Amino acid sequence: MPRVVVDVMLKPEILDPQGQAVANALPRLGVSDVSSVRIGRRVEIEFTGEPDLDRAREIADKLLANPVIEDFTLRVVEMDDTEGARP
Amino acid sequence: MTARIGVVTFPGSLDDGDAARAVRIAGAEAVRLWHGDADLHGVDAVVLPGGFSYGDYLRCGAIARFAPVMGTIVTAARGGLPVLGICNGFQILCESHLLPGALTRNEHLHFRNRDQLLRIESAGTAWTNVYQAGQEVLIPVKNGEGRYVADQRTLDELEATGRVVARYVDGNPNGSQRDIAAITNEAGNVVGIMPHPEHAVEALTGPSLDGLGFFTSILKHLAGAPA
Repeated sequence: MPRVVVDVMLKPEILDPQGQAVANALPRLGVSDVSSVRIGRRVEIEFTGEPDLDRAREIADKLLANPVIEDFTLRVVEMDDTEGARP
Repeated sequence: MTARIGVVTFPGSLDDGDAARAVRIAGAEAVRLWHGDADLHGVDAVVLPGGFSYGDYLRCGAIARFAPVMGTIVTAARGGLPVLGICNGFQILCESHLLPGALTRNEHLHFRNRDQLLRIESAGTAWTNVYQAGQEVLIPVKNGEGRYVADQRTLDELEATGRVVARYVDGNPNGSQRDIAAITNEAGNVVGIMPHPEHAVEALTGPSLDGLGFFTSILKHLAGAPA
């Protein structure tokens, strides 16, 4: 069964302290060529029937994201999609 | 007749007992309301207390917005019912769109817990009418996600219409934009505040009695309001 993946990100103009903390820690790992890190949230939704993008968009807009500070994108992926698999 | 002030308990509310006690100290009857019960039991005003409603697992206040009791409160607040949201209650009011903006992680990422000086900017709300504009009060603050943010237009509008209710003085504990600690809606009946006035109502447990004014203000407001 396919699932809907919702990616929620803080809007670009909203300070992301978590991402900034990671960016600031990178030099300690010897990484010096990263200028910015921003951290978001990935939500996977499985419907009992066919995935309903409109319903998923409503869920994302009303609950998963706060549109005041966050943007989100939606996409449908197949369950056997290997993108989430461990290498 | 004694005013009846509702105090909502969500799963994860921590300061509901303190809020109810503050209501009683101010001279009103505290009516405990339950998140799963949509009935407001005839209360004259509502306090949404601090804590971590539903664990704040998704985002502070995001799940509480959909509690049965909130459905009734949102409708009643739009009709003029006075509502005070403290800390997590402020977050719930923003998530419910009763107040603009949002509360995000503290700028420095640290949980802040200290006695905080505030300046009351607006004494024109249902919850601040016993204060003088410009008066400074000492009230505890304790939050990890108390940084008030909104777009520039919203901030400008809040300032221009006198809807910034209180500002941090002597240091901003969380990086809130324009040092905002409390705001109100257009009608002045809904107020959200990040510090905890209910923790400053008794000499034994608070740094001052400065918070009591929020709870005596609502009594004065209700006494003057047409029946």
